Amino acid sequence: MSVMLILLGASLVVSLIFLAAFIWSVKDGQYDDDYTPAHQIFFEETQNSK
Amino acid sequence: MSLEKNQPSATTESSTLSHSANPGIQLETFYYDNKTVKLFAYATLFWGLVGMTAGLWAAFSIAYPQVNLGWAPTTFGRMRPVHTNAVIFAFVGNAIFCGVYYSLQRLCKARMWSDRLSKIHFWGWQALILLGAITLWAGFTQGKEYAELEWPLDIALTLLWVVFGANMLGTILKRRVQHLYVAIWFYIGTWVAVAMLHIVNSIAIPTSFLNSYSWYAGVQDALVQWWYGHNAVAFFLTTPFLGLMYYFVPKAANRPIYSYRWSIIHFWSLIFIYIWAGPHHLLYTALPEWAQGLGTVFSIMLIAPSWGGMLNGLLTLRGAWDRVREDATLKFMVVALTCYGMATFEGPMLSLKSVNAISHYTDWTIAHVHVGALGWNGFLAFAMLYWMMPKIFNTKLYSKKWANTHFWLGTLGIIFYVIPLYTAALTQSLMWKKFTPEGILQYQFMETVTTIQPMYVLRGIGGLLYISGLILMIVNLVKTVRSGKLVANEESQAAPLPKNYESHGKKEHWHRWIERRPVQLTVLSLIAVGIGGIAEMVPTFLVKSNIPTISSVKPYTPLELHGRNIYIREGCYTCHSQMIRPFRDEVARYGEYSKAGEFVYDHPFQWGSKRTGPDLARIGGKYPDSWHYNHMLDPTSMTSGSLMPSYPWLFTDRIDKTKTYSMIKAMKKLGVPYPAGYENEANKDIDKQAEKIKQSLAKDKIKVSKNDEIVALIAYLQRMGTDIKNEKKEGSALK
Repeated sequence: MSVMLILLGASLVVSLIFLAAFIWSVKDGQYDDDYTPAHQIFFEETQNSK
Repeated sequence: MSLEKNQPSATTESSTLSHSANPGIQLETFYYDNKTVKLFAYATLFWGLVGMTAGLWAAFSIAYPQVNLGWAPTTFGRMRPVHTNAVIFAFVGNAIFCGVYYSLQRLCKARMWSDRLSKIHFWGWQALILLGAITLWAGFTQGKEYAELEWPLDIALTLLWVVFGANMLGTILKRRVQHLYVAIWFYIGTWVAVAMLHIVNSIAIPTSFLNSYSWYAGVQDALVQWWYGHNAVAFFLTTPFLGLMYYFVPKAANRPIYSYRWSIIHFWSLIFIYIWAGPHHLLYTALPEWAQGLGTVFSIMLIAPSWGGMLNGLLTLRGAWDRVREDATLKFMVVALTCYGMATFEGPMLSLKSVNAISHYTDWTIAHVHVGALGWNGFLAFAMLYWMMPKIFNTKLYSKKWANTHFWLGTLGIIFYVIPLYTAALTQSLMWKKFTPEGILQYQFMETVTTIQPMYVLRGIGGLLYISGLILMIVNLVKTVRSGKLVANEESQAAPLPKNYESHGKKEHWHRWIERRPVQLTVLSLIAVGIGGIAEMVPTFLVKSNIPTISSVKPYTPLELHGRNIYIREGCYTCHSQMIRPFRDEVARYGEYSKAGEFVYDHPFQWGSKRTGPDLARIGGKYPDSWHYNHMLDPTSMTSGSLMPSYPWLFTDRIDKTKTYSMIKAMKKLGVPYPAGYENEANKDIDKQAEKIKQSLAKDKIKVSKNDEIVALIAYLQRMGTDIKNEKKEGSALK
């Protein structure tokens, strides 16, 4: 099952990208506040937001 | 909002470093691009109608074979790939882009990065779909489910995906909101995973402009294909739609998501687990057992994040249930989330080997995927459009009553679609497995098909209901659009983000440019590294394949190879499997169970996933040549009541022997051991073998030209699964 190596490799590469993104997001403080973001999407200042 | 007020801000995006100390809040004015959103919305509706109509056609052509019309493009084998590709990449694809372009701009408080890229992305994607549909109808296919598009279109898809990614990441980088809302995470995850899956699965050796052979063979090809196939569901039909759900459900309900913390856990756990679940499509096949087990374990684990996400969406509506009674948008969302929950519970259950033994190859899989596609994808896309279209046209929905009618037509459509198929699946599977007390199979294959045929009709009616709902929606939205005027560039204001690089306090250095664009560069370099890495890895690992070899398994003769091309072109794999599982009934019905070593020269593999017709893995030698000849011309002449279409063009079209050279050459490049220089000799062998078939048909008073396509197809069918019989003869001869 040599193809397993390719799939493992490709899957691991993507997992590592996701892992790096995860570490970045935590370090960047993306998740320090889990209250505001849920509400923030309701603040829109556009000409036709009603 | 209060967070941003304390931060120093620059006047404009192009402000220089010296502005860093500038106090106060200066709001920037910018404009959301609604025109691209509108175009993607129109494309969603248009391709939704086309793709679902193709599905309806395919559904009725199973119930009534006359619907195939005896014309190549309208046969089930070609209609089905058009349906699946149109619904996945055209309907759902455009809905994803529509929702992403709408929500991403608002979540980032920024216009899409580049209007030009938006334009290229939109028109490029539509052109790709159109060419895809035309080539699939014309029979140009790689023969792998949901990855049928031929190599030039695969490359175009890759490039368009990069355009989409660049536009999305560019927008994220110039955002005016520090926090990346969870929906954006789902969009990014989708982009990364789909890019990888598509590239790895699509690697193939071209033999001509619109033909190619998969780089992988047999078991390996099956594993790569279902690793892709499962994740096409995961990362094209699920993660982007979850992103849309996390934006549009709270917006439509006017309530924040039930638990933001859950949504974060949902995202990270889902993407880490999903990628490993693919082998559950290959349970009890020739795939090694440990790989099957791996797929099952990860599939079971998927229940947790999936249900977490579903409950998070449904609980968002807490305190808004009174509105669900009135508001069609919310109704659609509730059913979408419920269907997501049902499908993600059913999926892990179908991954249990004991359940899969019954469900696999039956209509259960089709019902399962349609709970997801019609319920989850369809209904969420409808909800999104009902909510969004009036907004970008600055008007109100033309008719709420029609939207409610659509909701009921759609819901009844789903019910009428799936319940007959569940019934058909269980009925047929149990009939397949039934033995008489004397120990012989109780039912002929054909009897099991005739029994469930009424269910196919009912399923078609369900589809018809669903499509009529879609048409009602299109009329409703057209009238809505006419009553308003597109706000092509919607004005908005926000304070810019503080520029991180100002804190360095040094003079501009060349490296600054890179520092300011880390994500673009990372992504672009990853693509470069990924493509290069794959191109290097693939040959290294695959040239010396280590599947247990069977000495009597030999490469296909050139005539059989031509026949195999026809088999792939006509989409035979959409109704016939080539994989006998090690069960008593299957061995009794089809012959010895399939071994991994039998498929080492199958580029691509053709195991199939559905038995609308019987398995063909050991069809070779079972019937005389004349049986196949008559059967392809008129299936009912050999099997009374057969639902198979007839293939009259195979009797007039000629084998294209000019292609033999490049076919053999490509196979040799893939490691198939043809003798040196065989590509130049191959056509002589075609003549010899075709002559033999011509003679054998002549004995049954059938006259053919030996260049007719039917001769090649008969050669392939008669070869299938026979090599292993030769091994036994060799073995017994030695004794």
